[in-house]
Amino acid sequence: MSTDNHPASAGETDPAELQALRERVEDLEASLADLEDDGEKKMTIVATKGTLDMAYPPLILGSTAAAFGWDVVVFHTFWGLDILHEEKSRELKLSAVGNPSMPMPNAVAALPGMDAMATKMMEKKIDANGTATVEELIDLSLETGVDLQACQMTVELMEYDEDDFYDGVTTGVGAATALQHMAESDVQLLV
Amino acid sequence: MSSEYDVTETLDVKGLSCPMPIVKTKQAIDDLEEGAVLEVVATDSGSVSDVQGWAEGTDGVTLLEQVEGEDRYTHYVEKTA
Repeated sequence: MSTDNHPASAGETDPAELQALRERVEDLEASLADLEDDGEKKMTIVATKGTLDMAYPPLILGSTAAAFGWDVVVFHTFWGLDILHEEKSRELKLSAVGNPSMPMPNAVAALPGMDAMATKMMEKKIDANGTATVEELIDLSLETGVDLQACQMTVELMEYDEDDFYDGVTTGVGAATALQHMAESDVQLLV
Repeated sequence: MSSEYDVTETLDVKGLSCPMPIVKTKQAIDDLEEGAVLEVVATDSGSVSDVQGWAEGTDGVTLLEQVEGEDRYTHYVEKTA
């Protein structure tokens, strides 16, 4: 039976209830529109290490994600700050100790000069392979809109100065800023 | 191998490795007009899979073709929007 046969049923609806329903529909439509607008993917990487090998993954993933049009934040804390430190970023070292892939036992790797040797070897390989340097990747990341952030607490802990970092690095941010972006992110990584 | 596409611009990323071919492709595409075809010449074998993944995950670009030669990977990307 068609509802047209029951005109009274519409009239019986409480106007206040109807109004509440209308408002609810409007609210839902508005929040749906918000969801649809937010089509952009987000990624947050937390970079905590300052060795040559650990500097690469956040920079490579960050700049590639930017090429996808993603909104990317890399939050640098503790030794990860060295990646953003203009001077130190050019002198990042590879540790010969504690790396089972090194072609030498730990007892030998611990000898003076071994880290420098391992670093030099890796730098040669990076160059021969056409792999970008850390500095080039930082420039590229900043150029493509990656937000490179320096954790304020660790900046002070390590006694760094804001001017030590590359131009374009975001300073004065903390865990809450990082968490906020993480909560909205599709991809979150700790390096 | 000559291409059947009306190539608007050629991007040379020979000798560069990940992530450079992708990042430079993206930057080159951004500078082109809609309907333009970008030819990307790479030596990085990873660029075959990477360009595919990038084109699939990026709005406004279509991967037309990938030509694999000897140590040479050529990608044709159209800017569709």
